[in-house]
Amino acid sequence: MNPSLALESAERKPSWLGRLFSGRHLVIALPFGFLLLFFLLPFLIVAKISVSEMEIVSFKDLLTYQDGVLSISLKFSNYLFLLQDSLYVRTYLASLQYAAATTVLCLFIGYPFAYFMARAKSSLQPALLMLVMLPFWTSFLIRVYAWRGLLTEGGWVADAIVGLGLDQLLLAMGLISSPGKLMHTPFSLVLGMTYTYLPFMILPLYGNLAKMDLRLLEAASDLGATPWVAFWKVTVPLSKAGIIAGSMLVFIPCVGEYVIPELLGGPETLMIGRVLWDEFFSNNDWPMASSVAVVMVLLILLPLALFNKYQAQAQERR
Amino acid sequence: MTELSAQRATPVSAPSTAFVQVQNVVKDFNGFKAVNNVSVEIAKGEIFALLGSSGCGKSTLLRMLAGFEVPSSGRILLGGKNLAEMPAYRRPMNMMFQSYALFPHLTVWENIAFGLQREGQPREQIQQRVEAMLNLVQLSKFAQRKPHQLSGGQQQRVALARSLAKQPLLLLLDEPLGALDKKLREETQIELVNIIESVGVTCVMVTHDQEEAMTMAGRIAVMSEGRFLQVGAPGEVYENPATRFVADFIGNVNLMDGKLTVDEVDHCEVQCPDCVHYVGHGITGTLGMAVSVAVRPEKVRLSRDKPEGRYNQVQGKVKERSYFGGFSIYHLQLPSGTIVKSTQANTQRHQDDNFTWGDEVWAHWSDSAQVVLPP
Amino acid sequence: MSSGNQSNTARWFGRGWLALGFAFLYLPILALVIYSFNDSPLPNVWRGFTLKWYASLASDTELLAGLWLSLKIAFMTACASVVLGMLAAYALVKYKLFTGRTLFGGMVNAPLVMPEVVVGLSLLLMLVSVQRALGFPERGMMTIWLGHLLLGVAYATVVIQARLQDMNPQLEEAAMDLGARPHQVFWLVTLPLIAQSMVSAWLLTFTLSLDDVVLSAFLSGPGSTTMPLVIFSRARLGLNPSVNAVATVIIVIVAIGVVLASYLIARGERQRQQELAAAGRH
Repeated sequence: MNPSLALESAERKPSWLGRLFSGRHLVIALPFGFLLLFFLLPFLIVAKISVSEMEIVSFKDLLTYQDGVLSISLKFSNYLFLLQDSLYVRTYLASLQYAAATTVLCLFIGYPFAYFMARAKSSLQPALLMLVMLPFWTSFLIRVYAWRGLLTEGGWVADAIVGLGLDQLLLAMGLISSPGKLMHTPFSLVLGMTYTYLPFMILPLYGNLAKMDLRLLEAASDLGATPWVAFWKVTVPLSKAGIIAGSMLVFIPCVGEYVIPELLGGPETLMIGRVLWDEFFSNNDWPMASSVAVVMVLLILLPLALFNKYQAQAQERR
Repeated sequence: MTELSAQRATPVSAPSTAFVQVQNVVKDFNGFKAVNNVSVEIAKGEIFALLGSSGCGKSTLLRMLAGFEVPSSGRILLGGKNLAEMPAYRRPMNMMFQSYALFPHLTVWENIAFGLQREGQPREQIQQRVEAMLNLVQLSKFAQRKPHQLSGGQQQRVALARSLAKQPLLLLLDEPLGALDKKLREETQIELVNIIESVGVTCVMVTHDQEEAMTMAGRIAVMSEGRFLQVGAPGEVYENPATRFVADFIGNVNLMDGKLTVDEVDHCEVQCPDCVHYVGHGITGTLGMAVSVAVRPEKVRLSRDKPEGRYNQVQGKVKERSYFGGFSIYHLQLPSGTIVKSTQANTQRHQDDNFTWGDEVWAHWSDSAQVVLPP
Repeated sequence: MSSGNQSNTARWFGRGWLALGFAFLYLPILALVIYSFNDSPLPNVWRGFTLKWYASLASDTELLAGLWLSLKIAFMTACASVVLGMLAAYALVKYKLFTGRTLFGGMVNAPLVMPEVVVGLSLLLMLVSVQRALGFPERGMMTIWLGHLLLGVAYATVVIQARLQDMNPQLEEAAMDLGARPHQVFWLVTLPLIAQSMVSAWLLTFTLSLDDVVLSAFLSGPGSTTMPLVIFSRARLGLNPSVNAVATVIIVIVAIGVVLASYLIARGERQRQQELAAAGRH
């Protein structure tokens, strides 16, 4: 190869059209466009419908121009109804409460779990991880269904709880309304949700704790901290990112959860996901369902932003 | 820059024909000038080192040569042709990366063949070339291995073979020996230079290790904060540093501050707190100006008795002694508090014959040992 | 992070907690499997061992039709999710600066946590609006696929992005330096190196799609009932041993898959370690 031939003149810059369809633009545009079209746009449509008047099968226009007058009609009655009707308000609050309870329980069970997993022998850890992932990969629907069997009268867990007299404790805490009947109660709901979302808490926590530099604990010990103190002063603060990630991964979807309340909850455990479903499928009231959805999104906006911030940070840190 | 350092200034034009020309190159990252107006010419077949500590801009300059960064202003010419808009994959130069960057999913053979395959060379030609390269780095037996099956030194040789496979006009080395331990580094330095010289390719290397630069390169550019402080052969840079920074950066040095008291054509004198320097060459300067006198520790000799004369000598107490096996570095504390370092070979096997802590000794040097620098 | 200097109590406490935790996680699965062999339509009353529920699966047309549909949708979802997810991950990792990047990042992550009822409702309402205006699409397999794809892209992006970020950027620079044009760099270097994460993403989104209830419910049309929807409607009505049978089959298949995959990965890791150690001895 003649070396001097290798020195070609500089490339010509591609044309305007060529640059528009450059690889870089396509790579970004394809997924971006997809998400704009099928994620963002639907939200905007939902917002629009929530303030629309429904006429049998179609919606009245929001903007009308007649005789030189441009009028905008936004029907806020749905929102007013939501805010004033105590049922809706209570349901929203209840949803937040159940989600919070589930998150706390998941954290309580999941943190030590992830911690001891991360501290197990390194040869054992992949097997442990696989054992945690396995339920995650099997259908969550059938696992939730399984709890019905376990909690109805005569089921293993029901028998165990009644046998141990724990149902009196649950009754006292207000989690069940009559002794022996554990299904379709706040207890069964929170239990079901905790069970389903536990892996979502364990996995990010484990990921975080497994990467922690053990030498930091050695340094703490060298400086006089007992293991207990070192745990609270070193391990826990360092796992903050994992705690936040796990909590958001549990809390946010729990607020709008439908299947678990439907299968394991009861008339007294109304959650907003079920309300939305019923408004849509049973009442066919689309504007109402839309308003319920909009308010739900507003409620989780703050935790959503927090989750987003964590995700962005996690990427930068790598 | 005062006239003093101007004398030892950067000789911009290289010896014979300039092959690589860097002209007033600036790289600006949002207001921060990583490379600040650098110009240099590199001859064909030279091994040229960019030496500096981290953040001085040497890697950025190398990346601009490779085509991974575009200069904010200035030009880079190769054989007279401007590289301006040429993307990295068109440039006739190849780089050996600090992390070796061997493709983990390809065998050694495929790694080396990669560049040749991109050119569309016929199979037999590629086969021949890869085998030649493997022979060059003595890894013929390892052709079918994957990178993770090789040791660090072997990976480096594959990286070198890969970067030479296309017969590049310019070879770029990014901290070539950074990942190796000391013993391996010494062996590899010589080997590397031999291979590069046998191939005859022009080479620009980037390093923070002065030993590496001085052993391997024909010319060194000392960089700091995006600028070249001095460019020259290793001996030139070591014995005739242009500034305090360069003197201090390369090797060990004693820097004594003082005032210029005598300035003649063939000699000058500098008055320091502890001693008077008699320097055997003239400098351009004004009487009374502040200067620094640099004397390398190996040029400072120690004796128990006072030497003759009154110039180029000082008395001090041995405050520290660092033992390096073959030689020792003595730190003498002078009456004014200044420390003077002296490197002495340990010519005697028995310790008691050498100087030790607390000894009062005389340090002295010849009148050709000093370099007078701006303060 | 492994044992180190844990006190004995801490170690036993840890083992106990892990054991209880795993018992909690696997209890329902165990119950499902056991009662699938129960010769009694009434759950929790053990009457004898039988395989009749499994036998009835073979003639359960509703369930089998749902299974077939779910498999088709899951396959399409997985393939499309990986492609779009890879593009999104590439954009997020390689292009640090472009207009709307924060919005893009937010939209990519949001489906991970957004309640499915909201996603399902909004997508459906939009599809209905489009249908009113343009006459298509009819609700059915394609609309379900669309909803699953939305979720799938989010998960696929997270998985692939993690791997892309860990990749040494100098590898791509080296490829360019050796003469590979940008698209060649992608096909010859980037893609092979993220291949494993793409497979993980494929499996993940496949499972997610196969298991989805809410999105499918909102977006399905007449005649497009997925398997989870069949199971769900039966489960709502009460306890049904045929569901146990299906569940057990699913569990067994998944268990085999996960154990096999974990074993292969672990073996690959062990091989690597051995090779690294052998190389280091030179």
